[in-house]
Amino acid sequence: MSAAPVLERPAVEPHQDPALAGRDDVRPTGKRLGPGRRRRLAWLLGPSALLLLWTAGSATGLLDPRILSEPWTVVATAGELLADGRLQENLAISAQRALLGLFFGTLVGAVLALLAGLSRVGEALIDGPVQIKRAIPGLALIPLLILWFGIDETMKVLTITLGVFVPVYLQTHAALRGIDLRYVELAQTVGLSRAGFIRRVVLPGALPGFFLGLRFAVTGAWVSLVVVEQINATSGIGYMMELARTYGQTNIIVLGLAVYGILGLLSDGTVRFIERKALLWQRTLAG
Amino acid sequence: MATHVGGLTRTAPPISGSAASADSRAAVSVRGLIRSFGPKGVLNGVDLDIAPGEFVALLGPSGCGKSTLLRALAGLDHDVRGSGVITVPDRVSVVFQDSRLLPWDTVLGNVTLGLREHDAEARSRRALAEVGLAGREKSWPHELSGGEQQRVALARSLVREPQLLLADEPFGALDALTRIRMHGLLQDLVAAHRPAVLLVTHDVDEAIALAHRIVVLDSGRVATVRTVSPDVGSTADAAGHEALRRDLLAALGVVPASGAQPTTPAEPAAVGH
Repeated sequence: MSAAPVLERPAVEPHQDPALAGRDDVRPTGKRLGPGRRRRLAWLLGPSALLLLWTAGSATGLLDPRILSEPWTVVATAGELLADGRLQENLAISAQRALLGLFFGTLVGAVLALLAGLSRVGEALIDGPVQIKRAIPGLALIPLLILWFGIDETMKVLTITLGVFVPVYLQTHAALRGIDLRYVELAQTVGLSRAGFIRRVVLPGALPGFFLGLRFAVTGAWVSLVVVEQINATSGIGYMMELARTYGQTNIIVLGLAVYGILGLLSDGTVRFIERKALLWQRTLAG
Repeated sequence: MATHVGGLTRTAPPISGSAASADSRAAVSVRGLIRSFGPKGVLNGVDLDIAPGEFVALLGPSGCGKSTLLRALAGLDHDVRGSGVITVPDRVSVVFQDSRLLPWDTVLGNVTLGLREHDAEARSRRALAEVGLAGREKSWPHELSGGEQQRVALARSLVREPQLLLADEPFGALDALTRIRMHGLLQDLVAAHRPAVLLVTHDVDEAIALAHRIVVLDSGRVATVRTVSPDVGSTADAAGHEALRRDLLAALGVVPASGAQPTTPAEPAAVGH
């Protein structure tokens, strides 16, 4: 075989396909500007590193247990609280509040976005008040909500709902308004009905925005939850932590934080998983 | 006179047997069509008839109102001021310059879009097979090449069995080789389905190759109408083809370079100051 002239550029790393093992693979490579292939479970790397730092700090004594409990103490505390049932009980009530608030908030946000996005009257009526609500910090409404609804579950779920619906509305509405007018024309030329237009063009077109809003909403729901549980509650993870503060139990406080963190990560991961399945048609850097 | 333009577009009365008058036999009838954006008139009184099954190409320089006329026939000019009377058949399909496939729907979903018949899916599969895309039903639009996307758009418009096919520079964004293949495909499809066709294009050769009749639009009016005999269209009559080509280019304001001299790039020194 005559030596073919080879471009003087570095070869890429040989690929791992066993069917091609032993064959030459010399190719000129341009600099890759995208982030490359997606790797499974890669998102675990950052959190694991944090956990490792924490363990190392505690083991070497750099972290005073009165400031931040050791990871193994927190694990042991989790075991104890699980054994006497307090953790599950508080977790269940917290999760119920967050999920109810998330459900109602998402529903309200999506419906308002549809109404405002599909009709000029709806936009004129809805968009202004939502923008005003957006300008008021959600937690500033708590005193009024307590006066109106007392301190029972209604007030807690409502506070979360009010925090959740704004990002869902904003992102969904923006995506709706961003649907290319060319597709609206197309829908007209193929004779789609109003319902068909909403189902085949509007909803799928707004879905990426809806998911973005939902991710903000999930995070927001946990934030609101912490506040309502630490201000006035007799149950829930936030109440458990507030009580621990009174007795100086750092380990329970850290356990509460860890639980919130895990819940936040899990819920965000769930939304992203659904998003990837629902938006298969998209080709983006996320991959 | 503040006329609501949308109200001017009405569908043709159903063709009822042999009693159809000469007027209702036309698939498309346009009378005194005026459209303006702001103070500038875009269409200044256009009259046009298209017979059923007739293939009409609409030529004209940029900004002459070609697309405005097509959009008026498609009923897509809700907010444009104007007057005139347009009659179009019940079933009108539009092919745009971009394939305009919904990116979130599969190829098959894009073809069935807006179909209400119970056999919509089977018909859409047949239409996709007809444009040579059998087996690609489950693909996403972004997985297809530009030519394939435009073939899906053709399938989407033909699955509705249109009496009038409106095509707005449908091959303008394709490369030259793909465009020639698409010409052949469009001719086959039109021969099989026999809709009246209005093809908007700026390509004189495309117009001659495809159309029965060529209408040149200039400054919002019909400037020239030429019929194309089959021999001229297929270039069997090479001299006739060349003559028509020159006439049309002249009507479009393009003066062809004199045939005797080979075209050479002008030297800057040769240009007088």
